[in-house]
Order: sequence, then structure tokens, then C-alpha cells
Amino acid sequence: MAQPAHSTATHEGFVATPAAEHGGGFPPFESHTFASQLIWLALAFGLLYYLMDKIALPRIQAILHDRAVRLSGDLDEAQRLKAEADAAGAAYEKSLSDAQAKAQAIALETRTALSQEAETKRKALEAELNARIAASEATLRTRTAEAMGNVRGIAGETASAIVERLTGRSPDEGALAKALDSVSFPH
Amino acid sequence: MAVKMDPIHQFELKPLVSFGHIGNQEIAFTQSALYMFAAVGIIALITVVATARRSVVPGRMQSMAEIFYEFIGSTLRQSAGHGSERFMPLIFSLFMFVLVLNMLGMIPYAFAVTSHIIVTFALAFLVIGTVIVYGFMAHGTKFLKVFVPSGVPGWLLPMIVAIEIVSFISRPISLAVRLFANVLAGHIALKIFAGFVPALLAAGAWGAISPLPLALSVAVTALEFLVAGLQAYVFATLASIYLSDALHPGH
Repeated sequence: MAQPAHSTATHEGFVATPAAEHGGGFPPFESHTFASQLIWLALAFGLLYYLMDKIALPRIQAILHDRAVRLSGDLDEAQRLKAEADAAGAAYEKSLSDAQAKAQAIALETRTALSQEAETKRKALEAELNARIAASEATLRTRTAEAMGNVRGIAGETASAIVERLTGRSPDEGALAKALDSVSFPH
Repeated sequence: MAVKMDPIHQFELKPLVSFGHIGNQEIAFTQSALYMFAAVGIIALITVVATARRSVVPGRMQSMAEIFYEFIGSTLRQSAGHGSERFMPLIFSLFMFVLVLNMLGMIPYAFAVTSHIIVTFALAFLVIGTVIVYGFMAHGTKFLKVFVPSGVPGWLLPMIVAIEIVSFISRPISLAVRLFANVLAGHIALKIFAGFVPALLAAGAWGAISPLPLALSVAVTALEFLVAGLQAYVFATLASIYLSDALHPGH
């Protein structure tokens, strides 16, 4: 029987609010607490407003502003560096192509100069050789003419020697000259 | 047991230090005042202590302060428009104060400061007082244009002006009562649904259905967290909209 009795008591306690617990009134409408609440509210909210206005909000604003400035600064710097790198790349390309062009020009010039020199040397050599050939030919001709000049004497001597051996006496000078004259000697 | 079942008991102010009476007013440092200062301390922790290092790459707490700042800043800008930056400290303080007090009130056995209408009224009158004082300071008598919408035909004007005045007067009341009633009703509902659980368990066979109010009180708790955040946002947004009248009367 104890269990139901206990249960009823609890149930009653829940449903029937004991008026004495909160002075019979509704706490939010108990006007004798208003002045006290307003005082502490004014102090607390005043302190909060002061902290926010003087410290927190300017600081957060500065942080956000700094970040925005830094981000845009970094972006600008990156843009600038990229432009610089592009310019450097273009300059490198240009100097490379310049160097190539220059090298080609030098090579061409050198080749031309060398070939001209070689040509000059070759011509000089050729002229010298031609001169030598001409000189040699001239000498040869002179010698041939000389040799041919001697052929009549030798032929006369040989002929008189042969005649002497065959006949036992020297041939007549006049007949020999006549016989020699009838033979044509190459000059 | 009976004390815990009383859904009104939780709103009672308990003087921690009493300074005596002035007239019928008891001047005392109550648990309500303690919660107010605790809220100020928590807000200062988030917005002052956590931002002390001024990191370009923010930590969690500084990130939270920045998110609150940008959230309130954009709400204020959208509601009050150009020139509203001067009210940023007021709106930010109001939002953070109401939000943290509402959230503190959701901790079991904690006290909800915003469940007392005198507190919400004081905050609402602070907003309307700022509107009136700043409105007259910045615009002089032109501030009264706030009661005369432009482009209204002359014969309709007396009625419109009367409606505008009533609407202006009802603003602080609605601002205060909305916050107070939401928090009060939520905490009473929570207490009642939670109170059903032990009551049913104690009532013999009825204990079998006690999980129902338990599930309900879990759901109501989730709802009350939503309400706690939402009412702080609503309070700050409406305050911003009312302040836009002080900045741009006659719109």
C-alpha cells in the first residue's frame, strides 16, 4: 500500500504547484527585482559595448583589412613577378635568336673570306705554274732549235766519215754541202 | 521532487549578495547578474583574447570572431545600408549578448537571463532610444518624415501617419516581447515535458509510456537551441532595420 501512496504524493507535487516556492508570483513580472536587474544589465552591457567598441571590433576589422591588403598585395606581387619572368623569357629568346643570326652571319662571312682567299691563292699558283710551263716550253724550243742546228754538222761529218770508209777518200766539200742541202732538216 | 516539477521555479532570481532595499526594490547581485557578466566574459574571450595575436591565418577562436563580425556586418549593411557602420558596435554587442545569454540558458540547471521581460525591454528601448536620439541629432525635425511615407495621396495621409506612429511605438514592445516570450515559453515547455518523465515513471504502469515525453523533450531541446540562435539573429536584424530609419528617414 506504500507504493501507491508515494506515487500519488509525487503526482500531486507535480500538478499542484506549491505557491510558496516562488512567493506566489510569476518571477519575470515581479517588479521589485527590476531595478536590480537593470543596474546589472547596464553595467554588463556597458562593459561589453566598451570592449567591443574600443578593442574587439577595431582589432577584427584591422585583421580582416590587413588580410585583404596582404592578399591583394601578394597577388599583385605574383602578377609582377610573372610579368618579369615573361619579359626575361622573351629577352632570352630574343638574345638566343640574335646570337644564332650573328653566328650564321659570322660563319657565312668566314666561309666567303676563306673561299676568296683560297681562290686568290689558287689563281696566283695557277699563274705561276703557267709562267713556269711557258718558260719550260720556251727553253725546250730553244734547245730543240739548237739541237736541230747541230744536226747538219753531225750529218755532214757522219756522211764524210761513211764516204771515207767506203771510198777511202774524203768527199768533196762542195758535193757534201749540196747533198746536205737536198735533205730537209727539222728545225 | 515537487520543486523540480515546478516549471516556473527556474525563472526565480536568487540574490547571491544583497545590498538592501531602496523603496520596494531589492538591490542584489543575483545569479542573473552573474550570467550577464559570464556572457560578457565569454564574448570577450572569443573577440578580445582570441584575436590578441592578430594572426593572418586565424585559429579556431579567432576564426569564430571573424565569422561573427562578418555575419553581423553583412546583416547590418543589408538592413540599414549606407552609414550603418557607426552602429556596428551596438548591433554586434546586442547580437553576441543575446546569443550567448540564450545559449547559456540552454545548459541544464542554468538560468536564462533573457526570460525576464525587464531585460529584453531594456535592450529594446536601448535600440529605439538610439533610433530616436540619433535620428533627431542627424536629421533634426526631418527625422519626423519617418512617419510620412513619400508618395501617399493627401487625403490618406492622416490615417497613414497614425498607423506609422502606432507601428513605431509597437516596435520596442514587439522586440522585447518576442525574445522574452520565446525564451520563457521554450524553457517552460522543456521543463514540463521533462517533468512528465519522472512523473510517469512514478505512476506505476504509466511508466511504460515515459519514453514518449523523453523523446519529445530531446526534440524540444533541439528546437530551443534553434530558437536561441534565431531569436538573437532576429533581434539584431530588426534592430538594424529600425536603425535604418534613423539613418535614412522618409524612405
